[in-house]
Amino acid sequence: MRNTWIVCRRELNSYFTSPIAWLLLTMYSLIFGYFFWNLLSLFIQQGIEMQMMGQASPMNVNEQIISPLIANSAFLQILFIPLITMRLFAEEKRNGTIELLATSPVRDVEIILGKWLAALLLYGWLVLFTGLNLAFLFRYGNPDWKTTLVAFLGLILQGAALLAIGTFISTLTKNQIIAGACTFAACLLLWVFAWVTSYNSATWATVLSYISVLSHSESFNRGVLELKDAVYYLSVVFLGLFLTTRSMESLRWRS
Amino acid sequence: MITVQDLTKRYARTTAVDHISFSVTKGEIVGFLGPNGAGKTTTMRMLTCFFPPTAGKATVAGFDVLDQPLEVRRHIGYLPEAPPLYLEMETIDYLRFVGRLKGLAGPELEKRVAFVIDRCAIGDMKNKLLGKLSKGYRQRVGLAQAIIHNPDVLILDEPTSGLDPRQINEARELIRSLAGDHTIILSTHILPEVEQTCEQVIIINKGKLVATDSVANLQARARGAESMLLEVGVRGGEFPSPRAQQRIEQVAGVSRVVCKEQFAQGAVFEIEASRGQLIRGDLARAIVNAGWELNELRPAAMSLEEIFLQLTDAPAAESAPPDSPAPPPPAPDAPAPEANA
Repeated sequence: MRNTWIVCRRELNSYFTSPIAWLLLTMYSLIFGYFFWNLLSLFIQQGIEMQMMGQASPMNVNEQIISPLIANSAFLQILFIPLITMRLFAEEKRNGTIELLATSPVRDVEIILGKWLAALLLYGWLVLFTGLNLAFLFRYGNPDWKTTLVAFLGLILQGAALLAIGTFISTLTKNQIIAGACTFAACLLLWVFAWVTSYNSATWATVLSYISVLSHSESFNRGVLELKDAVYYLSVVFLGLFLTTRSMESLRWRS
Repeated sequence: MITVQDLTKRYARTTAVDHISFSVTKGEIVGFLGPNGAGKTTTMRMLTCFFPPTAGKATVAGFDVLDQPLEVRRHIGYLPEAPPLYLEMETIDYLRFVGRLKGLAGPELEKRVAFVIDRCAIGDMKNKLLGKLSKGYRQRVGLAQAIIHNPDVLILDEPTSGLDPRQINEARELIRSLAGDHTIILSTHILPEVEQTCEQVIIINKGKLVATDSVANLQARARGAESMLLEVGVRGGEFPSPRAQQRIEQVAGVSRVVCKEQFAQGAVFEIEASRGQLIRGDLARAIVNAGWELNELRPAAMSLEEIFLQLTDAPAAESAPPDSPAPPPPAPDAPAPEANA
């Protein structure tokens, strides 16, 4: 546990001493801010129109702003997660620092957990930082905070799962660009697998759709804590990290 | 401190290390010598538990590399060929990180960090980014991280490669000064390095052990058959080279004479004497009595370099003329050198 934290802390420091963390924060804030501004403007526009027409149909901040906002940023992850994970192992392999880690009195699992945790913390930092936008909604409106919290939890869980996959892919190569590109492809595929059920209801399509992260994000997004979706995310995390340990072991046998 | 028995590492197609055995006692500096690609790094990586051996057994500080890798790693400091530095970190933060990774904490960590900074003379660089350091300083930081947890065994993979001559000397000094506290294995393909720094030498070639012996023994072994260079000349007139050669061959104890170089006024001969015979005086007398000029007579002691070439280049040695002296038997305490493929 102590070793995991040592590895994690170094990893986080390196994210923040190199421009990566700051660049990601800036990009994510910009895009998220734009989404937020867009949805908010639309919401206000609709509000005014409804008042002018004298209709008092109910408006809901959660449904009309927070939920689409979270759905959008869940998709944004596909772009950001490869950028976070691609360096984790690929850079160490290229610089030879993996030899230091692998010959220190530290278990492989501790190294892997430390790195994944650092990636998750950076990712959580991105999400929370941009979540500040929502403070305006709470200041001037009256959204349901429980629903919002569950939606954010879903966002973090999905991130954790994709980060674990990215961590695994990063152990496969020395080249950060290859690691990034493959992680991007994997994330994108995991996202769009859900599409098949819209035109096909065969068993394989149902399975494919179940594998997709998209089909598990909806309930969280609506503010419903579904156990089976949480279990799905946690199993992907477990699978990703398990594959990483196997990959690191095979690295030892092969190299 | 280190025992290695029939250690073998096979890859899909090649055998990088093939049944090598040796042992190193506490406090020794051992030079691990071999041409590039001989299997030095592979052996070191097995000892540091970077990867497991395919077959064979190795123990470091009493712990088995297969069964107790974490214990082994706790007792080993390792400097890979390229120092494993995180280029975006400051020197002192890096050393703290490595220290923590090796199990140090609190005031003890700070004490060790201060100690290695002082020991490796990197105080000026402690707040610089590692990426900005010169090659020499990077090597020193690499050495500093290897000794930070005061390991019993230090494994250094080509610690002087890529340094300039002055830095090489400094690095050697530093390594020699560490010998008292640590058992050191260092790999190199530079021979003078072994002669200057190490007490023992292990020579491997193409994954096989060629010889293990002390440096002094190896050198003595080379001097077993005394070989000399002799330059003879005449003052005026033609130098009768064949006659001179015959005359030299008649000196008692001479086993072989080769004319290395011939010019109008003289010639250079390489003379080998059978072992244990001191014939320089007889040679000089013979030349002078024949009325020639004795211009130069010096022992041509075989350097470690020649031994090394002889040992690692077995086919060439086998095809050497039959009258060349047979290699003397190995010292009794050393394992017999394996036949080379």
